[in-house]
Amino acid sequence: MSLTTESSTNFWLTRPFSERSTQIFLGVLLAALALVTLLHVAVPPDNPLHVGAYTVNLFGKYLSYALLAVAVDLVWGYLGILSLGHGAFFAIGGYAMGMYLMRQIGDRGTYGHPVLPDFMVFLNWDSLPWFWHGFDMAWFAFAMVLLAPGLLALVFGFLAFRSRVTGVYLSIITQALTFALMLAFFRNEMGFGGNNGLTDFREIVGFDLRSDATRLGLFLATGVALALGYILCRAIVTSKLGRVSVATRDAEARTRFLGYRVERFQLFVFVVSAMLAGLAGALYVPQVGIINPSEFSPIFSIEIVLWVALGGRATLYGAVIGAILVNYAKTIFTGVMPDAWLFALGAMFVLVTVFLPKGVAGLFRYLKRRKREEQTTDPDHQHTSKEASA
Amino acid sequence: MRRFLSLALLCFLLLGITLNAQAQSTDAASSSTNDAAALELLEALDVESYTAKGEAITAILQSDDERARDWLQALLDGRLQRTEDGRFVLVLENRGRDWPVADVLTGEALGEMSRRDLERIGINNNLRNQLRSAIAVVDLYSLNVERRRTSAERLLGEVDGELVPTLDDLIAQEEDEQVRYRLTQAVAIYRAEAGEMAGVEALDGSLHPRSRVALSRAANGDDPVVANAAAASLSGIEQQLKINRGLETLYFGLSLGSVLVLAAIGLAITFGVMGVINMAHGELMMLGAYTTWAMQQLLPGQPGLALILSIPAGFMVAALAGVAIERGVIQFLKGRPLETLLATFGISLILQQLVRTVISPLNRTVITPEWMSGSLVVNDALSLTLNRMYVLGFALVVFAGLMLIMRRTRLGLEVRAVTQNRAMARSMGIRATRVDIMTFALGSGVAGLAGVALSQLTNVGPNLGQNYIIDSFMVVVFGGVGNLWGTLVAGLSLGVINQVLEPWAGAVLAKIIVLVFIILFIQKRPRGLFPQKGRAAEG
Repeated sequence: MSLTTESSTNFWLTRPFSERSTQIFLGVLLAALALVTLLHVAVPPDNPLHVGAYTVNLFGKYLSYALLAVAVDLVWGYLGILSLGHGAFFAIGGYAMGMYLMRQIGDRGTYGHPVLPDFMVFLNWDSLPWFWHGFDMAWFAFAMVLLAPGLLALVFGFLAFRSRVTGVYLSIITQALTFALMLAFFRNEMGFGGNNGLTDFREIVGFDLRSDATRLGLFLATGVALALGYILCRAIVTSKLGRVSVATRDAEARTRFLGYRVERFQLFVFVVSAMLAGLAGALYVPQVGIINPSEFSPIFSIEIVLWVALGGRATLYGAVIGAILVNYAKTIFTGVMPDAWLFALGAMFVLVTVFLPKGVAGLFRYLKRRKREEQTTDPDHQHTSKEASA
Repeated sequence: MRRFLSLALLCFLLLGITLNAQAQSTDAASSSTNDAAALELLEALDVESYTAKGEAITAILQSDDERARDWLQALLDGRLQRTEDGRFVLVLENRGRDWPVADVLTGEALGEMSRRDLERIGINNNLRNQLRSAIAVVDLYSLNVERRRTSAERLLGEVDGELVPTLDDLIAQEEDEQVRYRLTQAVAIYRAEAGEMAGVEALDGSLHPRSRVALSRAANGDDPVVANAAAASLSGIEQQLKINRGLETLYFGLSLGSVLVLAAIGLAITFGVMGVINMAHGELMMLGAYTTWAMQQLLPGQPGLALILSIPAGFMVAALAGVAIERGVIQFLKGRPLETLLATFGISLILQQLVRTVISPLNRTVITPEWMSGSLVVNDALSLTLNRMYVLGFALVVFAGLMLIMRRTRLGLEVRAVTQNRAMARSMGIRATRVDIMTFALGSGVAGLAGVALSQLTNVGPNLGQNYIIDSFMVVVFGGVGNLWGTLVAGLSLGVINQVLEPWAGAVLAKIIVLVFIILFIQKRPRGLFPQKGRAAEG
């Protein structure tokens, strides 16, 4: 696995750049971003190769999902924590962004109130709830995008890891967490727009959200965020800290007996992952134009896990592939035959776990190893045998 | 206004239909010898003067004619009419121009008549009031106890001074204790409102809302002695009501808890034994509920029999589905609990969509058999719905049955052995794979039973299982994995906690509080209320 790349031990943040997989990933990602931009801007609309604003938007959405999948892979693949509640962090980041965008509407809402968003006027509120203050400032809102999910993960993780809640128990309580949050956000009294959530956004830091240029900008920003997030995760998993987390994943008790404070490592990685998920949510919201409590639904969270499983756990790039593949399939299916989508999704869950436990990335590696084996006798064919344990 | 009118019309119409049915049944039994006298009584109604009409009504009341109630009701509803040739008819349905009518005396249908040929016997508000209390009293003479009971109940708060002597007579004659109790209460309400001490004393401890109204009026009365007595018994009643409300909350809590236990107990078995989280458990419940529905479709008109037959059928359907899931998917994922979770989640999606595509995305109606509907009235403030009581009993029976299987049978012994130490059990000659299949079938079958029970409480639709899956996990985790008693205690207590919180927090917030409580509880006791002891727990 990736742990074999311990030769280059210079500064931890630059270490990923010397990895072949990271180089390929970043290369492909940058090429894709450049290609889409080129086809969107330089190719005239009547040309069949032209990429329309809608498609750019769609790709942007996929990329934010990909970042979310990377965040989940970080905790599931390298820490062994199957979080069924990462949708919660994603949604909280999204809500933080949504609150900022709501405040940007200003007095252009239906009711024309200078401060209060429409839904608050509708509910006859006369002032902003305390937690809405500050979201009119971009820096504050963008900080909250990271801090709010990070804080939730910190508190939740601190409690959970301290009492050594692991395995399926942890999965179930993360699911309970997102379920409880979903119920809470559905309430109008919470002050987040209840059922309808936040929508009707106008502009982001001065750019009109409906213009094609802004959409392209958001798409590129998401791509860059994905690249940075990927590098950060890669840096973490190749560092000493990352190796302790993998050790925790494979044998928690043994790692503890070796003298490591396992819960601290778990907490750190979990919080980083939650923040990345929050960032993904914040990039997702302006591109789809709405955030509502359905993002908290347990089904969404478990779907994210499928993306990672399909792409290949504990590879990071596999998570990106999985997220894009599944969501592309979803777009196709829900367009052509909506009834079949749940069958396809369900079948994917079953087939991937039974027949493709290492995902698409595992398939790549298998083929690569086969090729290498043909040339020489493989010296490290043991490393994949123990991956499956969870 | 027009909507209101048409609504009122509709009410009359329905009333008319039911009354007609009753009229026919009673008329069939009655003799026609006193028809002449009856006609005379009715003739007396068709006069100009309202005073004379009032006297005619009294005469009808005293006539002891069995049809009197129907006449008076028809008169009150304006459906007692007269044809041009002088016959009295009952309008069955006043819609359009031609109204179906029936003969008042014989009850035989006379076809339709134009409304121009009919003349209504009019009444004024005074007569209307007189009629209303008169009808109540007429029923009190009825031989049918049920009718007497309902009419006595209707009298609460409707008694006026004129009625009191009649009622006192009736109380003396009445044989049915319940009717007597109600009548006494009705009179006491009148007396208490009139400021009489006797009334206040008689109402002491009565939980009926109308009694409380009467007492609070008496408490504001002029006579300080009566007012104090009324206030004292009011506070006593409040106390009683509080207890009753508590009991009701407890009952609803236990009912909710029994559903949770049913849903979770199968999960507890599969999770406990195989360490497998079966996310499709909710969908197995859904299959059980749909089995009930299908059974009722197969046996139309016999919902009770169908329900009883669906208990074994639901068990079998869900158990077979469970075995299919175990053999088809789970056996390939041994030792990978998180992957099993994902795969079974996929199965749950497929099953849901299958039901949506094959049957319908809409909810199906499952009929509640007659012996399960209605409620057990404990007192005026507390009545317990029967269907919930049956489900509660059913949950306990299922629990006891599972306990027996686990403790007293060979299968139970093997299951416990495999749960505690799989490798050791295998080396002692227990076929662990077979035990896996059997436990999974058992756990799934119990989910089917839960579905059968749920079909009596909630909507049967494709999302039925989804709504319960998270709650069931909470129960299992809260109770401690692999411990049936833990599941029982956890399920019932979570149900009660939820219901206790609901009045002041609201349904949604109550649920959130319970979820947060469980999340915090798990932090404190990661292995649940009743953790497994020994080495197995460290697995």
